[in-house]
Amino acid sequence: MLLKLELQSNPEALCLVRATVERAAEVLQFHDAETRAIVRSVDEALANVMRHAYGGRPGLPIEMSCRRLEHGGQNAAQGGIEILLVDKGVPVKPSALKGRSFDEIRPGGLGLHFIRQSMDEVEFSRKKGKNLLRMVKYLSPTPQAAASEGE
Amino acid sequence: MQIVARLATGGTILDITGDIDLAHSPAMRKALLQEIREKKTPKVFLNLEKVRYIDSSGIASLVEGLKASRDQGSRLILFGLSKTVREVMELSRLQKIFEIHDSEAQALGS
Repeated sequence: MLLKLELQSNPEALCLVRATVERAAEVLQFHDAETRAIVRSVDEALANVMRHAYGGRPGLPIEMSCRRLEHGGQNAAQGGIEILLVDKGVPVKPSALKGRSFDEIRPGGLGLHFIRQSMDEVEFSRKKGKNLLRMVKYLSPTPQAAASEGE
Repeated sequence: MQIVARLATGGTILDITGDIDLAHSPAMRKALLQEIREKKTPKVFLNLEKVRYIDSSGIASLVEGLKASRDQGSRLILFGLSKTVREVMELSRLQKIFEIHDSEAQALGS
């Protein structure tokens, strides 16, 4: 386990989480753009929990844990990070997970698009009355690793 | 997040400092809509030079501001977008619907 945070559904906490996740991604040697993608995804996912699962009510529990994925896994030749968010809010409706079409010019519905575009794996589930969101980002191969794979 | 309004040629510049996230986008939305709908400012310039982060709720507030300005027949002009803000704009695929300039001078001259 790289990191475990017990949060409350207060939007003021988001800036602290972003700073913490940014540092964690840097420690795992993600590039700047990848780090921004991870931070953005965690921020959007937490905002979704606060707004939708908890309906904007503050003070309700959210757990966030980050795990380092070791090198050499099936999809993780370079390793990566797995982030798990758990909340006790209302079940997430499948229709709410679609996000809106990019052709629509209207406020809202973008958060899930940002998460799906930014992460390699995004998985929603519901277990024992809790919403679980699992997100994974793999490290990009280093130029040296990419070159040796091509040999 | 801080919002400071100052007068400019033909309109008002809103200088935003800080992060536009779920905690702060309502304040930006309020300031933006007040300028557009209540004060009926013909040009509202949004200075994003000191914005370190914007999330989807911030983008949603900008879209709402843009729609309000179109309804009023006024203009919403953004400038000084950081790499992070530009990246989020591109992800949302909404950058083409906004009037975006690199600097304040360019925005004011538009």
